[in-house]
Amino acid sequence: MTKHPSILPLKIENLEYEAGGKHLVKNINCEFSQGKRYLLLGPNGAGKTLLLRLCHGLLKPKSGKVVWSSGKDINPKHHQAMVTQRPVMLRRSAYANIDYALSIRGVDKALRPDMINAVIQRTGLTRVAHKLATVLSLGEQQRLAIARAWVLKPQVLFMDEPTASLDPPATHSIEELIHEISAEGTTVIMTCHDLGQAKRLATDVLFMFRGRIKEMSSADEFFSGPQNDLAQAFLDGQLIWWKRRPDKDDVQI
Amino acid sequence: MNDLWQAFFKAISLVVTLDDKLLEIVFLSLRLSLSAVGIALFIALPLGAVLALTKFPGRRILVIIINVFMGLPPVVVGLFVYLLLSRSGPFGVFGLLFTPTAMIIAQVILVVPIVTAITRQVLEELHLEYDELLRSLDVPWYRKVTALVWDARFSLTTAALAGFGRAISEVGAVMIVGGNIDHLTRVMTTAIALEARKGDLVMALALGLVLLAVALGINLFAYSITETVKRRHQ
Repeated sequence: MTKHPSILPLKIENLEYEAGGKHLVKNINCEFSQGKRYLLLGPNGAGKTLLLRLCHGLLKPKSGKVVWSSGKDINPKHHQAMVTQRPVMLRRSAYANIDYALSIRGVDKALRPDMINAVIQRTGLTRVAHKLATVLSLGEQQRLAIARAWVLKPQVLFMDEPTASLDPPATHSIEELIHEISAEGTTVIMTCHDLGQAKRLATDVLFMFRGRIKEMSSADEFFSGPQNDLAQAFLDGQLIWWKRRPDKDDVQI
Repeated sequence: MNDLWQAFFKAISLVVTLDDKLLEIVFLSLRLSLSAVGIALFIALPLGAVLALTKFPGRRILVIIINVFMGLPPVVVGLFVYLLLSRSGPFGVFGLLFTPTAMIIAQVILVVPIVTAITRQVLEELHLEYDELLRSLDVPWYRKVTALVWDARFSLTTAALAGFGRAISEVGAVMIVGGNIDHLTRVMTTAIALEARKGDLVMALALGLVLLAVALGINLFAYSITETVKRRHQ
């Protein structure tokens, strides 16, 4: 594939998102640079997945901007990919799933087999390459979803809790893949709940709570002593949440 | 009871000896039903896809109407087509009444709602499943449709089979618009009705057996293709 100009840094400016009358993402301002591994941390409902989807263009913000640094000639959509928590598999073989992604990107048919075989080998899917994707185990499906994204050589890879409900060996293999993908220069922006995983993978951490970024810092700084009290409480293993009370302000506990 | 067995064995001998009259009726039935299903698929697959993948004012009402039309009474359809094609009707000048074409038209009207409704349901469910992935890959709409139709091909085969079942077993509409004319518009169902009325139970039963065998054969054929393709990936 030809080398394209970078679509990074990605700038998020005053991003807001509302659904069902609820303000779910509020006043997000941040920047994602090339080659890093960003981990979005925070409790359930913090807005991590929403932020990923807004960045990837799957959701439209109420206000604010997602600004890619590419010029007008480049479609940033074609230089990013996403792996979801529950992998969506096309009802065809693992091989054909990857082939479909390449065909959508307009990759020449003659070039595809080598690219597919290479990514299948790197993700350890050789044995199941010609099996129906929907009958693969969850771990295999997740690796296939990563292979399908990786083969596109994305500059940015969004991952929404890619190891949720996987056992330790499967989690380990996914984490190794993430390191390999990152080593090739792809920026990884990923959500997770597992602090251990965040320590193993992150170069930078964004801590979110109730739709806001409470802290954004390097992983070293974050894990050695975050500035934000809630982030510290989260790291200490305290349970942080809030209750909604009718006709009253939300109460933090 | 003896008469019934006698008729049954005679019917089998008619089938085994490839009786000319029987074959003529069977082949005409197959030709008409397969043509009607082919034309209906051509109309219903895109229509079902549009209903599944797009939103427009009146879509919900259209979906309800199509679902209701799945149970269209064949005699009403026959009467409707008869009025359209009769000499005084708007399409009377084409002289199609009491021809196989008129029978195909009636069968198409009966089959289209069935295939459309099943196609819409199948594609809508698959679209829900695929939507995020297809949007993430920035798939253009026409590639979306082809991907969904291709991946739903086994379920859509069932839609085609349901349509074929409706067409091949239909009697009321084709009787009205075809006229059950010997060597021209006589198909299995209309012949069964006629032979039973005449008291020729042997021929009626033979045709009934062939009708069942044809339906079974086509279903087995479709099932075996589907299973072979599925097994190749397991």
